[in-house]
Amino acid sequence: MATPYQDRKIPAPTLNEGDAPYFEGAAQGKLMTKYCNDCKKYHHFPRPMCPHCHSTNTEWREAKGTGTVYSVSVTRAAGPVPYALAYVTLDEGPTMITNIVDCDLDTIQIGQKVKVTFKPTDDPKVLVPMFKPA
Amino acid sequence: MSIKGKAYIAGVYEHPTRKAEHASLAQLHAEVAKGAVEDAGLSLKDVDAYFCAGDAPGLGPLNMIDYMGLKVRHFDSTDVGGSSYLIHASHAAQAIAEGKCKVALITLAGRPRSEGRSGTQQRVAIPNVPDAPYEGPYGLVTVNMYALAAKRHMYEFGTTSEQLAWVKVAASHHAQYNPHAFLQKVMTVEDVVNSPMIADPLHRADCCVVTDGGGAILMVAPEIAKSLKRPLVKLIGAGESTKGPLGGNVDLTFSGAAVSGPIAFAEAGVKHSDIKYASIYDSFTITVVMQLEDLGFCKKGEGGKFVADGDLISGVGKLPFNTDGGGMCNNHPNNRGGITKIIEAVRQLRGEAHPKVQVKNCDIALAHGTGGSLGTRHGSATMIMERE
Ligand SMILES: [Zn+2]
Repeated sequence: MATPYQDRKIPAPTLNEGDAPYFEGAAQGKLMTKYCNDCKKYHHFPRPMCPHCHSTNTEWREAKGTGTVYSVSVTRAAGPVPYALAYVTLDEGPTMITNIVDCDLDTIQIGQKVKVTFKPTDDPKVLVPMFKPA
Repeated sequence: MSIKGKAYIAGVYEHPTRKAEHASLAQLHAEVAKGAVEDAGLSLKDVDAYFCAGDAPGLGPLNMIDYMGLKVRHFDSTDVGGSSYLIHASHAAQAIAEGKCKVALITLAGRPRSEGRSGTQQRVAIPNVPDAPYEGPYGLVTVNMYALAAKRHMYEFGTTSEQLAWVKVAASHHAQYNPHAFLQKVMTVEDVVNSPMIADPLHRADCCVVTDGGGAILMVAPEIAKSLKRPLVKLIGAGESTKGPLGGNVDLTFSGAAVSGPIAFAEAGVKHSDIKYASIYDSFTITVVMQLEDLGFCKKGEGGKFVADGDLISGVGKLPFNTDGGGMCNNHPNNRGGITKIIEAVRQLRGEAHPKVQVKNCDIALAHGTGGSLGTRHGSATMIMERE
């Protein structure tokens, strides 16, 4: 069985205050993440206050864009085309919800190395990070 | 202050409908409310506290207290999805123990079947929800978030689709005796694993049913329970917790039951071997396997083996579960299974379950709920009840 990747209509996110740097980065092909200068840990999704130690001494950092599949589910009955919902653990540490794209979805394995790519949403100026086999 | 023995479940009612095209949401809440107070031998005039969650229309207590013509001095609308009603029961017991009320009504109702709501619908972006911009674009629906947990469980522990299927098979063995059950046909492991794949590794038959209807329970102070003619069932322990993606420290191998369960067991002062019957939240087959591990009925990773070969079937296995057919086969009103979990546990403790599934000498039972998503954020609630 093979399930080739197909493009899917991706709803553009409704941003809240503080979300812009992440999506401005994505529009320029950068995966932005948040780093805490006090506990020295990254977190995701990004927020002004570190969820690990509650410090507000946090800063934006560009991630390398490489990571490992933590879990994946090829979703076959929730829309017009199948898609692979996944958690990817970034090499910097945090695990993020995403999609795995640009491959036979049936071949994706937990533990597989992946790298970031960016896909347009239904607002063509807004892109979101997804991952493909490294 | 412990709630142990401070409140009794005097009334329960499960709406017999599974498709309510011609009843309004408020009407369904009122029908189950009346059913539960009448089951106890009381009337809605006796109710002095009301609990409901996000399934209630409008501003919950404000709309429903007015609609039903209640006069209450205490209310609570905690909403953590399908686990809300077990938390309401615990909070009602706290309020009764503190003298804030004596007769607390808890209702759940919904019409997802008539309204076309299910677990494969794309979520709508809600402004101000902090995680929404980072999750909404990726097509999270209820079933694929549970599927992520199932896939990781299989990877870490070798759990199989056939083991998960036994959860549905066991529920179907019970549902055949429930004339109100949405699915009454006995299923085999092959039936489950050959049903269409919805989100790998969860098949259609790994999912709960989508049903309209609802249920209600009535919690009362001890002196009121003892004045009524119903068997005495009291809450002896309760625990609640939440779990999320932990700022990116995602670990899908356990649920909030790992926290709520030990709290409830400690308060009740009972052991796992004392539990004669368990209502385990069954939104999906994986939900049951993980909760049984987290509640301590087996070791972490051994839930697949624990549920296999009929060990959840009443009269056959070591832990009879969801003897009404559960959310898997009987009823999952408004896509929330919490209240039906309490109701079947009370039927078992009263000796009022169907004779084919009634557990002998059922004196202590557990009910557990998981509301929200096992793959992202969920609420967990555990209740331990005893027949006096
Ligand atoms: Zn920090």
